[in-house]
Amino acid sequence: MPVLAAAAPLYREPAPAVLPEAVLTVEDLTLGLGSGRKLVDTVSFTLRRGRLLALVGESGSGKSLTALSLLGLLPDPPVRIQSGAIRFAGQDLATLDPAGWRRIRGAGIAMIFQEPLSALNPVMTIGRQIGEAVRLHTGLTGRPAEKRVLELLDLVRMPDAARRARDYPHRLSGGMRQRVLIAMAMAGRPKILIADEPTTALDVTVQADILDTIADLRAEFGLAVLLISHDLGLVADHADEVAVMYAGRIVEQGRSDMVLDWPAHPYTRGLLGARPTGGQGPLRQRGWPRLAEIGGQAPGADAVLSGCSFAPRCLAATAACRSAQPDLRELARGHRVACIRVGAFE
Amino acid sequence: MSALWRQFRRNRPALAGLTILALVVALGVGAPLIRPGDPWAEIAQPDLWPGEDWRFPFGSDVLGRDLLSGLLHGARVSLVIGFSAALVAGSLGTLTGSLAGFYGGWLDDALMRLAESFQTIPAFLMAIVIVALFSPSPLTIVLSIVAVSWPGVARLVRAETLRLRAADFVLACRSFGMGDARIILTQILPNCLAPVIVTISVMVASGILIEAGLSFLGLGDPSQLSWGTMIAIGRGSLRSAWYMSAIPGLAILLTVMAINLIGDGLNDALNPYLRDRSK
Amino acid sequence: MSAIAIGFRLPPYARFLARRIGQSLALVFCTVLITFTVINLAPGDMVDVMAGEAGAADAGYIALLRQRYGLDQPVPVRLLHYVEQLGHFDFGYSFRHNKPVLQLIGERLGATALLMGSSTILAITGAVLLGIMAARRLNTATDGIISVLALLAYATPVFWVGLMLILVFSVKLRWLPSGGMETLFSGLTGPARFGDLAAHLVLPAITLALFHLALYTRLLRASMLEVLRQDFIRTARAKGLPERIVVGRHALGNALLPLVTMVGMQLGAALGGSVVVESVFAWPGLGRLAFDAVGERDLNLLVGIVLFSGLLVITVNLLVDLLYSWLDPRIETQ
Repeated sequence: MPVLAAAAPLYREPAPAVLPEAVLTVEDLTLGLGSGRKLVDTVSFTLRRGRLLALVGESGSGKSLTALSLLGLLPDPPVRIQSGAIRFAGQDLATLDPAGWRRIRGAGIAMIFQEPLSALNPVMTIGRQIGEAVRLHTGLTGRPAEKRVLELLDLVRMPDAARRARDYPHRLSGGMRQRVLIAMAMAGRPKILIADEPTTALDVTVQADILDTIADLRAEFGLAVLLISHDLGLVADHADEVAVMYAGRIVEQGRSDMVLDWPAHPYTRGLLGARPTGGQGPLRQRGWPRLAEIGGQAPGADAVLSGCSFAPRCLAATAACRSAQPDLRELARGHRVACIRVGAFE
Repeated sequence: MSALWRQFRRNRPALAGLTILALVVALGVGAPLIRPGDPWAEIAQPDLWPGEDWRFPFGSDVLGRDLLSGLLHGARVSLVIGFSAALVAGSLGTLTGSLAGFYGGWLDDALMRLAESFQTIPAFLMAIVIVALFSPSPLTIVLSIVAVSWPGVARLVRAETLRLRAADFVLACRSFGMGDARIILTQILPNCLAPVIVTISVMVASGILIEAGLSFLGLGDPSQLSWGTMIAIGRGSLRSAWYMSAIPGLAILLTVMAINLIGDGLNDALNPYLRDRSK
Repeated sequence: MSAIAIGFRLPPYARFLARRIGQSLALVFCTVLITFTVINLAPGDMVDVMAGEAGAADAGYIALLRQRYGLDQPVPVRLLHYVEQLGHFDFGYSFRHNKPVLQLIGERLGATALLMGSSTILAITGAVLLGIMAARRLNTATDGIISVLALLAYATPVFWVGLMLILVFSVKLRWLPSGGMETLFSGLTGPARFGDLAAHLVLPAITLALFHLALYTRLLRASMLEVLRQDFIRTARAKGLPERIVVGRHALGNALLPLVTMVGMQLGAALGGSVVVESVFAWPGLGRLAFDAVGERDLNLLVGIVLFSGLLVITVNLLVDLLYSWLDPRIETQ
């Protein structure tokens, strides 16, 4: 058992910040198959104007499903919302009917996806696809609509927009396609942008560009962004808040500088130790091994769990850990952890 | 093999098809027993409706021929022609397709151009021409069906051969000196078997339809009474005694549908099998 | 691209076109070869038939005829002669009708084109409607019923369907005429004539369409299912588009592409089917002409029709290929 050094000196309590208004609040959202197996378990977070919340985790942790549920795009059947609420614009989206969802999509909440090529209709020009969104959300047609399309393309920093608008998706590079998707998403002036692994399929250099573009949109329009990613480097550079998911639950959540510099949950520590940047942070000094070196895998969808889902792989697990699923507890203002062993470090 | 059967068995429509086909085959085989004698014989009172006379359960046609006898003997004709044509076309197509795919080059080009040409001439027209030019007989009918069906098999086998030619196990066989013929016969063809079987089953169905069409137009075997011929004969009495045309048509419908269902079932059963084997 | 390169290289689309035309010509040659072979393999030739009919079995007369029609020449010479004839658009001469084959074909082509055109439109329209319905209500009763009906239509002999339709709609219900293209000697003109034509067209067009309807429905259903699984459909929904636009514009636009190819491929089958349909409905088209030629042993005409059909199919396939490459922007014709 690695020696768990004494807890780092408590990081300076950050000066209380006035948080921007909440735009969307997820309360104890639980998604599952029918009424059975839970795929996402009592997840709660808040998206705020102009801020980026990153949902981090391995594949299978439930982060994509959480994102899809915010747009009513869950593959239902078999996955459905079992309980919880999604509060947006005075409504609970969890109870919305198809007509209600159509009003929200694109206009209130918009989403971009991972594979930009397959996310675009191959037989329509990108100008027409963006134009479709423009016409739908603004009611503009003809010339004014075309103008708007070009404006949107400029907004996302698409080079040579006028010519590109007449191109088909396969003619564009990956980065440009993703810009097209962002432009399409912005057509309805949504309050929230959900980005599900937007850069995973792109080159490293392009990745930063895309996120910079998104950052500009946040600044200019007060866009609230939910970023799904497993790339901690990107998250570190752009996120205001981070929520770490494991096996369908949020295990650590809070201001990004807090969570990333002083990770408290053993899983988060393992993740951060696995960063290719060399793990120079406090982790190394703590001697906490990388997640890959701990071994084991996240529980599959049919695993029945009692106790903490991470316990089987956790080097600090005790019998108490295996008996009950820990709740999120506030470690410091703006930083919450679901682990009973953290208190032990303090 | 038994895994295949188990998979096939689970497909209810396919099983139904198999049952129906088995019934038709049994009836065809048993024709001389159930209704001995010549189906052309005018033994009944003409224009009997089905059920009027229990001796002739399906009634009789305009000249007093027993419809049941015609149905049974017609089953033999359809099945024999359909199956033999499918087998010959399948063999011919497999031969040309595998040679074309294996050797490539000018042989491939020539054979494939030939196959394409056979496919561009409308199938039924080609069949009519062949039968008309060479006088209708079971042989010419089978020949005409083969002429229009073989290209499909050839292309399929060629595609599979091309794919398999570059496979590791074939290269391995070459490297220890296996001759071309042996490679084709023992390595490549067995792996093509599945889609070819499915195609052959479909060809039986289309063969039966072509034969029926030819007989209807008067180009059938003049000595045999085929279902298509029965429909043509019944056409004259369509107004008053439509059952004469309806019943043989239903027979064709059922038989072809049964074969199609079996083909679908084979396709479904063989596909996952295919995927696993090719890995 | 330098100025020199432009001078020496054709634009990519033209190169594609040239290649396809070249392939088609090769195909044409093969088809001619096959037709010629079949003609010459047949026992007895035209002269035997003619002599038999004339009743004159005089050996000298027969030899004279052979010489006149060049049938005493060696095979390669005759092939050359035949090809040369075709080059002049001479498809042969029909002795029965005493007209050049091509002229006969021309007279009947319109009727067949009308029949095939309307049946194709019927088949495609029906397939789109049914295919979408089946794909959207996957594995429900509707889907099942559509699949069963498609299966039935696929297995039914075309001529029998025709007869049954005549039985129901013509004999029993007396709604529609049982044959022919127009009511003869009726003296109808204008819209009334058009209506008469349409009434005569309904049953044969439906009969011919049924088989292809089944085929296209199955294809479209499978194609729609495939397309609806794609990511861009999710994007379209995420945009907030109503479902009917997602399906009708985005999904269908992509799902129709394989259908285009299939329709082109089926032209040959449709031509073959028209022989039977035209016989059943006494429709004065090419198919009927071919069938009559069989009965009359007019081999010239028959073979001429076959050749013409083959060439027609080749041309249409070429056009369909071009159409497809124009429709699908992913095909870079380089």
